[in-house]
Amino acid sequence: MRVPLSWLREFVDIPVSPRELAERLTAAGIAVDTVTDVGDKMKGVITARLSGVRPHPNADRLSICSADAGGEVYEIVTAADNVFTGAVVPLALEGARLADGTVIKKARFRGIASMGMLCSEVELGLEDRSPGIMILPPDTPPGTDIAALLGLPDTVLAFDLTPNRGDCLSILGIAREVAVLYGLQLNYPPVLESEGDEAAGYIDVEIRDPQLCGRYAARVFEDIKIGQAPLRLQTRLRLAGMRPIYNLVDVTNYVMLELGQPLHAFDYETLRGRRIVVRRASPGERLVTLDGVTRQFDREDLLIADAERAVAVAGVMGGLETEVTPGTATVLLESANFDPLSIRKTSRKLGLRSEASLRFEKRVDIEGAVRAAGRMARLVAETGMGRVVPGVVDSYTVRPDQKTVVVRPDRLDQIIGASVPGDKAVKWLKALGFGVRKNTDRLIVSVPTFRPDVSIEEDIAEEVARLYGYDRIAATQTYGEATPGRRPPVETFIRWVNRFLTGLGLTEVVTYSFINPMSFDLLRLPQDDPLRRVVALKNPISEEQSVLRATLLPGMLEVVCRNVSRRVTDIAVFEAGRVFKPRADGELPDEPLKLGMAVAGKEPRGWESPPRDMDFYFLKGIVEALLDRLGIDAVFRPLQTHPSLHPMRAAGVLAGDKELGYLGQVHPEIKMSLDLPNDVILAEFDIERLLAVRKVAAFRELVRFPGVLRDIAVVVPEGVPAAELVDNVKTAGGELLRELRLFDVYKGAKLPECTRSIAFSLLFQAGDRTLTDTEAAACVEAIVNRLKEKCGAVLRW
Amino acid sequence: MVQAVRKEPVGVLKISTTGRYLPRAVNLCCCMRLVVAGGTKVLKQLDEIRERAQTAVALAVNLEELESLRVRFLGRKGEITQILRQMASLPPDERPPVGRRANEIKEELDRALSARSEALLGQTLLAKFEREKLDVTLPGRPVRIGHRHPLSVVQEEIEAIFLGLGYSIVEGPEVELDYYNFEALNLPKDHPARDMQDTFFISDDVLLRTHTSPVQVRTLERMAPKLPVKIIAPGKVYRRDDDATHSPMFQQVEGLAVDKNIRLSDLKGVLLTFAQEMFGLETRIRLRPSYFPFTEPSAEVDISCVMCGGEGCRVCKDTGWLEILGAGMVHPRVLAVSGYDPERCRGFAFGMGIERVAMLKYGIGDLRMFYDNDLRFLEQF
Repeated sequence: MRVPLSWLREFVDIPVSPRELAERLTAAGIAVDTVTDVGDKMKGVITARLSGVRPHPNADRLSICSADAGGEVYEIVTAADNVFTGAVVPLALEGARLADGTVIKKARFRGIASMGMLCSEVELGLEDRSPGIMILPPDTPPGTDIAALLGLPDTVLAFDLTPNRGDCLSILGIAREVAVLYGLQLNYPPVLESEGDEAAGYIDVEIRDPQLCGRYAARVFEDIKIGQAPLRLQTRLRLAGMRPIYNLVDVTNYVMLELGQPLHAFDYETLRGRRIVVRRASPGERLVTLDGVTRQFDREDLLIADAERAVAVAGVMGGLETEVTPGTATVLLESANFDPLSIRKTSRKLGLRSEASLRFEKRVDIEGAVRAAGRMARLVAETGMGRVVPGVVDSYTVRPDQKTVVVRPDRLDQIIGASVPGDKAVKWLKALGFGVRKNTDRLIVSVPTFRPDVSIEEDIAEEVARLYGYDRIAATQTYGEATPGRRPPVETFIRWVNRFLTGLGLTEVVTYSFINPMSFDLLRLPQDDPLRRVVALKNPISEEQSVLRATLLPGMLEVVCRNVSRRVTDIAVFEAGRVFKPRADGELPDEPLKLGMAVAGKEPRGWESPPRDMDFYFLKGIVEALLDRLGIDAVFRPLQTHPSLHPMRAAGVLAGDKELGYLGQVHPEIKMSLDLPNDVILAEFDIERLLAVRKVAAFRELVRFPGVLRDIAVVVPEGVPAAELVDNVKTAGGELLRELRLFDVYKGAKLPECTRSIAFSLLFQAGDRTLTDTEAAACVEAIVNRLKEKCGAVLRW
Repeated sequence: MVQAVRKEPVGVLKISTTGRYLPRAVNLCCCMRLVVAGGTKVLKQLDEIRERAQTAVALAVNLEELESLRVRFLGRKGEITQILRQMASLPPDERPPVGRRANEIKEELDRALSARSEALLGQTLLAKFEREKLDVTLPGRPVRIGHRHPLSVVQEEIEAIFLGLGYSIVEGPEVELDYYNFEALNLPKDHPARDMQDTFFISDDVLLRTHTSPVQVRTLERMAPKLPVKIIAPGKVYRRDDDATHSPMFQQVEGLAVDKNIRLSDLKGVLLTFAQEMFGLETRIRLRPSYFPFTEPSAEVDISCVMCGGEGCRVCKDTGWLEILGAGMVHPRVLAVSGYDPERCRGFAFGMGIERVAMLKYGIGDLRMFYDNDLRFLEQF
């Protein structure tokens, strides 16, 4: 809502500067977004009649106009193509200042001198865009200062209203707030009363669905002369954000802006049977609307019809056939009240949102319908647009019940946390239009029809609080029972994992929960892969963000790709977030928390030695550190079945029989299709499962007796996984084997083909005595024997 | 083993660099003459030995040399020992001065040897250090440093403040029922205020939550009729909006307190505490009346501009204030549908965007940076 201050001043005598007013209104919940001065810099722009227009001899697009500014004639070159002989236009001669402060100078255009410039609405500060020179009404006297004619300068307040305050979508509504805030008199604009009943002879109104149309008031205007509306009225429309069309339409819009009641004008002659019928559409019924589009309706939609057919979509848009045109002589004016929900549904369905539907959706004051029609009549008469047929046809079927709210003043204070003087509260409420009656210690507050947003005691509390001033309310502390601030274990756990991984050099990322379903093919997921079962959005912004992720993988890969594309190729990242798995119909999806990791490229490069790759074993080291720190005894099993991973470079991670997650190198095909320079290693874990199997650290007595350290290396067939050796070493080593470290893997010429040597460092230690070399030797022997027996290992040294 | 006990710093040791050769050949003939010498003569011999030994010690260039000098002069077969052994042949009355003198010289030599050894040791160490010298100005071995996402950092800070105020953290689903996201929050179907939040739908009744407020309802339902309720609910939310100032996914923290006698002024108090903890003790807050269907009265909350302190600048568009969250007194209908009697308790609720807080804290201008995951951005935090 944009409000020119000159207009607001007709309703209320503003005692402060526009900016002060804006601040005060904002503090009272009627938020002012911007305050803009219009035309304050403009000076010396006058009106002129074009006595001649001829083409520029040297330029196709330019014309030379002879502009008669009430005596003197000036030659002006213009690029506009809407000028014609006889047109009255704004003229800025040398030295004049435009609305933006530009000072006009003489200029030559292709050899022809121009004494100034003809102005469009843009140069006058009225609009942001304009198709050509502003054409003024033909009876405008030339040589007059244009600012005075337009009613400039003015100041425009642009409001950012909350959706509950539909009443403030009008000058009247804003003025009421101003009046309350400054304790001023609110002046209603003059109307032409509806004395007489002549109008009833012109039209019958029948409301067939009183639920959807509570009131329909109609007035009739005759001998209408269609033309331009008065300039000042046009200016106000423009400053309020509407474009003038011609007088009749402009005045309906003017009244709508002023009082918040949308009006619609029909060409009376085109209505059949002298009847207006307000009814629901029959299924499939059609109507060509003002914009020339044929619309189809159903039982949900409310239409305005005459005796034979639909003539308008109630509250949304008029019909083309009954539109007022320059030839219209008699006009039927509709000032009606429609059900907000119905209007909202229809306008959404049709994709038509107009200034009218916007207001009806927020409920228009049903009591204001006749006043708005009277205001229109007054303006029709005042501007000499036509004759007002006396009388109003007012079909007011459903009068709303008087809404009352019982208010306990002490409770208001409790809600607000301040002692608001009771008489003040009553005064403010009355000024806002509420009726207030005292009943013992309570107030019986009756709510005016233009405030449908108020229905309970708390609503009244807000009215009182905002007028009292939120800034005057103290900042207090809640009192009552002390409460411990608790954090869910999984939250604490994520925080811990987050810190642990950043400590190990991984950077946290946050990716979108929605992904591109095309990524399934990229990830090489088979058609029946469970990861293809996703939660899909009904109305995604784009196909790329149309389903919810069931795995963090695509997001991780996207982070890698995006950074690579920006020439950041050394990447080590992780994300902790939810994924979404559909469940049976009617149930919300499961939202397990996942931990994803991705590394690619090299570790940071120093000057000592070439940097190492962040490869499979790099990420595995991090994963192992994490699991180890969590006290999880995890097993890594070769994983050949993950479609997105290199079948020989991937591992499933288990704790007992519980799958925790996996890690592996991205499948070479994916690497190729994404055009990645380096191999990417990915890992994904289920956070809740990690949390479930982790063990809290428990103290173990330190061993005080010296141990025996032994290194052994065994040669085994290549196919024997290291984990198998480790398991066997542990089994054979028994309790005395305190520590085991695999420290060397060797493959090469010194060994038989298809074998490798694996070396372990073993620490044997007893908790109750100094271990002898003989005992340690026995352990080593047992280990070597077992490795020989179970893994075909040969002791190398 | 030679143990060096340095009493002075290495740098102040005096180092002799002259004299490499010892007059070794002289010694043997001296010993032979002892046999016939008398007391005075022996004393003379001792002084002569002292003289030579002192010179030799002073000229010694390494620890090995010093050790051999020790053996030569003080050892079991050393020159002084030998002289002492000859004492038996002296008349008894001449023995004490010789013995005294010999012991004096022994002690003196011993001290000289130690001093010299200490000096030499310092010298050797210094040479060793010289060989081990590092260019300490070379950079260290690079360590890969991980960075937490700025939103994580800020979320945790917010959580810490409210945990300290006795609020518990509660979570709720991101895919939510229309009921919890809208209906129970006093936003029935076709309510115009639903336009304020453009929604992603999964089905007619299921959607991506547009705010963290459904957690209010879920929590109240679970807790009813227990009092007090004090929670915050952080998490991701979604709106069908994607431009320079909107991201289709963003993060909020919801706050809710319900108790017997909660007032709008308490809300102001809690939010002031939060703002001052988060942005500094000099921060002020401002509440402006606003509208949310699930609160009444409602407020929009501004903090004094973190950049200019309220003087007016580009960030606050010269207003001195920055909008940071929406809040209000829980609408009685929300309490009622969740099982609380609005006549017996009241509550306040607030919701803030974590991105907004992070942008103010770090001076980030573009919301979308948070979800771009450019490492050059993330590594700044």
